[in-house]
Amino acid sequence: MKEFLEGSRVVAEIVKLCKPGVISAYPITPQTHIVEELAQFVASGESDAQFVNVESEHSAASVVLGGSASGVRVYTATSSQGLFYMAEVLFNIAGLRLPVLMTCANRAISAPINIWNDQQDSVSLRDSGWIQLYAEDIQEVADLHLIGYRIAEDKSMMLPVMICMDGFTLTHGIETADMPSQELVNKFLPAYKPLYKLDVENPITMGPLVDPDYYMEARYAVQQTLREAIKFIPKVTAEFSKVFGRDYNGLIEGYRINDAERVIVAMGSVCGTVKETVDALRAKGKKVGLLKIMSYRPFPYEEIYAALKGIPRVAVLDRALSLGSYAPLAAEVKAAFFGKKKKPAVISSFVVGLGGRDITKDSIKEVFSLLTAKERVGEFIDLKPELLKEEY
Amino acid sequence: MSKPLFTPGHTACAGCGQSLAARLVVESSGPNTIIANNTGCLEVFSTRYPESAWAVPWIHSLFENAAAVASGIEAALIYLGKKDKINVIAQGGDGGTADIGLQALSGMWERGHDILCVCYDNEAYMNTGVQRSGLTPFSTNTSTSPIGGKSLGNIRPKKPMPEIAVTHGIPYVATASAGFFQDLQRKVKKAVSIKGPKYIQVHVPCPLGWRHEPALSLEVGKLAVETGLYPLFEYEAGVLVSQKKITPRPVEEYLKVQGRFKHLLDKPEQVKLIQAIADNNIKKYNLKLEPQQNSTA
Repeated sequence: MKEFLEGSRVVAEIVKLCKPGVISAYPITPQTHIVEELAQFVASGESDAQFVNVESEHSAASVVLGGSASGVRVYTATSSQGLFYMAEVLFNIAGLRLPVLMTCANRAISAPINIWNDQQDSVSLRDSGWIQLYAEDIQEVADLHLIGYRIAEDKSMMLPVMICMDGFTLTHGIETADMPSQELVNKFLPAYKPLYKLDVENPITMGPLVDPDYYMEARYAVQQTLREAIKFIPKVTAEFSKVFGRDYNGLIEGYRINDAERVIVAMGSVCGTVKETVDALRAKGKKVGLLKIMSYRPFPYEEIYAALKGIPRVAVLDRALSLGSYAPLAAEVKAAFFGKKKKPAVISSFVVGLGGRDITKDSIKEVFSLLTAKERVGEFIDLKPELLKEEY
Repeated sequence: MSKPLFTPGHTACAGCGQSLAARLVVESSGPNTIIANNTGCLEVFSTRYPESAWAVPWIHSLFENAAAVASGIEAALIYLGKKDKINVIAQGGDGGTADIGLQALSGMWERGHDILCVCYDNEAYMNTGVQRSGLTPFSTNTSTSPIGGKSLGNIRPKKPMPEIAVTHGIPYVATASAGFFQDLQRKVKKAVSIKGPKYIQVHVPCPLGWRHEPALSLEVGKLAVETGLYPLFEYEAGVLVSQKKITPRPVEEYLKVQGRFKHLLDKPEQVKLIQAIADNNIKKYNLKLEPQQNSTA
């Protein structure tokens, strides 16, 4: 049924329909509305989950780790500093092969402290072993949570999944979303059956000390599974499409790129602004398009190569930095063409929308206009040069 | 004899008080126990892949989060309707419990989970090479509180963890010692019979870190109690309900058998300060065995 809802409400409703047994979270803007709604569902009896109010994000992640290891479906959500405070637990969850699902309400990282949206938080956790899926709009937010649990809990995966939604833009934005019935959710997402769990009837040891004779194989196995996830994610989205009628590739989405001469590559809610700008420029006869990255981890190199190899000029938008190096998404898009004969003549890199700086259609038009024969490396859009002139 | 729950073949040092205490704890709790273990000696010597000493479900995640992981396990068991039959234990060393893990532990206590936390207190970071912790005693020579021209060892007394636990308003807090088996067993059995958060801090001699003969572990453990330096007591619902009565022995008897205190033996003024700590414990917990009085513990 189509409903006009705030993004956070949509997440809470979907998570409720997924019937987790343990929810744990610590409040941080802009994640709060999600967990407040879930706490209310538990308080009213609409959800029979155990809601564990913890003293930190480190413990929120640890509680869902313990819950998942005990064989129940779990959920947590965080943002920014909270995600960083969870970091060592997140690596641990992936290494333990626990299918935890988390929402990351993307927000900038301190200092300076800033509660607004960019993607520095989740992008910085790219090496943690979590699958990371980025949503463009609130409908995708809803759908990716269902898809995320299916991917995480499949016996061939057994890896945690982070659904990344831009803070405020999607967490506090209100849009129409087609909300599924409990019956359809049950059909798509059966009850979680763990491969291994902490069980007094069948005691196992989890998280042992692993010495150099065995460690590399454990890490290799995670890497191998993430490679296999590139083939597996589209299978899950195809099944999703059969049940819910909405099509996703799950890895990437091309928008008006078939005959495009200039294409922007981006992740998250900015893709909506890019699509509108593409439509406006197309109406004026400009051959432009968008390649949306949905799956940042695993990173779909082959699919990106196939989608962009015939495009003359590509601009990659980053809403995060790898300070002292190339912008992170741009570096990886470029790597997709390493050693390939057929590739764009220009792959330029632009940094946009840090700390909630608005990315307008004019910002996107500027990116297209700067996408010339001259390759740009990490060029900041909408920077205010007058603020950089102060002397000390 | 029933199947052992903590099996031989692990790689603990000779004379390790922690391996002894850990076995007594799990055997006293029984097979229907799930353990979350902080990083530390116990985790390292009992679970070197592909072997494990544990015959109960056991999980190690990180250094500081056993209490939070155990909270998740307990919540899952409640959700599954299985909690009433299963004891959940969060355990670790003094560093993992009282220093880096104190926040997670305080959260677990405050939320009221039905979990027993066991701190195996060997009074320093033994797993990394005897660095001082918040539970290292006053004037102890450790690798990060070394003695020298300007140092007589650790400058602070032990953090009062049992008091911190009592102040959380939890139903059961006790101290125990690897030197007193039956007392430890009785306290673990009592703890798991009480619903809610519990804390037991077990003094576990470490021959390597304390620098005493491995054969002396039990004797050293007993001396700590009998001098008043490691009082054994129980609090139920915030009230002191038992203490191990002693005929106090001078602290020198405990100090002189351990290399970590050797530097104090020719410094009577420093020994006096340590005797004062023992005397204060004796008074505070009413430890002194009066004539014709039997020990209550």
